[in-house]
Amino acid sequence: MPLDTTAIRRQFPIFREEHPPIYLDSAAMGQKPANVIDAMDTYYQLAASNVHRGMYALADEATNHYEAGREAARAFIAARHRDEIVFTKGATESINLVAKTWGKVNLRKGDAVVLSILEHHSNIVPWLQLKEDIGISLRWIDMEDDGSLRMGDLDVALQDGKVKLVSVTGLSNVLGTLPSLSQIIERARQANALTLVDASQLIAHRPIDVIKLDCDFLAFSGHKLFGPTGIGVLYARSPLLSKMPPFLGGGGMVQRVTREEFRPADPPAKFEAGTPPIAEAIGLKAAIEWFTQHPWKGIEAHEHALLAHAIEKLKQISGLNILGPASADKIAGCVSFTIEGVHPHDLTDILGQAGICLRAGHHCAQPLHERLGIGASTRLSVSLYNTPEEIDRCAEEIRCAIAKLKK
Amino acid sequence: MDLYAESILDHAHHPFCKGPMKHPTVSHEESNASCGDSLELRLLIKGKRMHDIRWEGEGCAVSQAAMSMLAGHLKGMTVEKAAHLPPRFVFDLLKVPIGPRRTKCALLCLHALKNALRKLDGEPAQSWTETIGN
Repeated sequence: MPLDTTAIRRQFPIFREEHPPIYLDSAAMGQKPANVIDAMDTYYQLAASNVHRGMYALADEATNHYEAGREAARAFIAARHRDEIVFTKGATESINLVAKTWGKVNLRKGDAVVLSILEHHSNIVPWLQLKEDIGISLRWIDMEDDGSLRMGDLDVALQDGKVKLVSVTGLSNVLGTLPSLSQIIERARQANALTLVDASQLIAHRPIDVIKLDCDFLAFSGHKLFGPTGIGVLYARSPLLSKMPPFLGGGGMVQRVTREEFRPADPPAKFEAGTPPIAEAIGLKAAIEWFTQHPWKGIEAHEHALLAHAIEKLKQISGLNILGPASADKIAGCVSFTIEGVHPHDLTDILGQAGICLRAGHHCAQPLHERLGIGASTRLSVSLYNTPEEIDRCAEEIRCAIAKLKK
Repeated sequence: MDLYAESILDHAHHPFCKGPMKHPTVSHEESNASCGDSLELRLLIKGKRMHDIRWEGEGCAVSQAAMSMLAGHLKGMTVEKAAHLPPRFVFDLLKVPIGPRRTKCALLCLHALKNALRKLDGEPAQSWTETIGN
């Protein structure tokens, strides 16, 4: 059953506007359906209270709502226990949490972490910080020109037993390519290395089952899943969370504090110091409920058709070079390109004036752009609310912009 | 008024003073990390004046056109005056409204100029806040 895009769009206030934008930037931020906004609004209007330790009904309600958000996130990625879901402020914080807690106690000078060339800065900089702080080394999995990872690089990296963690994206935020997570995780496990999956992009485009994947850590953000900003998830296996030291210190993450010492709370509270993102957890739950109404098959088929259409239209534009495989069968979520003699910022500025939202720049993936031999690219990303007509308008405006910039 | 007015595209396509310089008094490179625009400015200074100016760079039409326009006005200018040029000077040359998202594109040339002159004086580079704010 194909997705009913008209019905889907009606649920988004922004698309009910008289002149809605042509929004092709969902890889950066998903739009918000009304039920997400309403759920958060209701909490702020009628149920605002802090979680835990309030001996009144509102506080109970806030705690229940917050924990229901955790349960929704757990079910969405098929984790075993709710305690394996740590709320953070986004995927960036989730990865930093692993680097700054697990990394701090488990990595020594000379140990190595493997990354792929596709990584977003959020899965590079925390490890570069450990390189500076501890003296770990980073080993990189390069790619073929079509964006597929060179698995041989991983094998070589794993040979000497110094690799303690392999941390890779599930979906490139630039090329849209999908590394073979199962293969990577299996090989890492054979070499006794842990694995972290940056699912920031993958989360809204493919179903995720952390048990089947067999990864040790997985990170994603709420805002790319049609939920609010300011909330993210770190999934980690229970035994790992139990042994990791706390992250930030403060209220909520302790069992007992004296003038001399503190005893941390059990996970996940141990990693959630301070007042947590309560409204955001409520919004995330609403977003997951909204999103999971739609069958994965329908979402994947719709987005595949949109990307195939976009690639076909873009290929017809002279001087335009698609980065990566240029085949909808090999990507998900987004496709990026450059145009000879046209800087991405000039292009997207002109598109923006026509109400068409595309992102330009290095998309926080400078090593990848360096590998591609370019400074910046333009990215077109799709979601279940986009239509082929929007792609047509975009392609038309790209032609106009080129004519204008090259005249 | 259109950001991509003819004059901006003309400068972007046919820039002034773009090219190498063999023995500059000072040369300095600045880039906008977020978009990959970069400019390298080379100044030949004689008697406290800008005797010659050359630059190389790549990036969006706004950053390249602004550099070209600014370069055309620097020749003969005193170092003292150049060091105190306000952002308004560049905006007036561009003659089109520059919104917040393109401010750094437009002022990359000024940022490079200010920091080239600070380098000449042995002073630490100024921040973007200082370039945009003064």
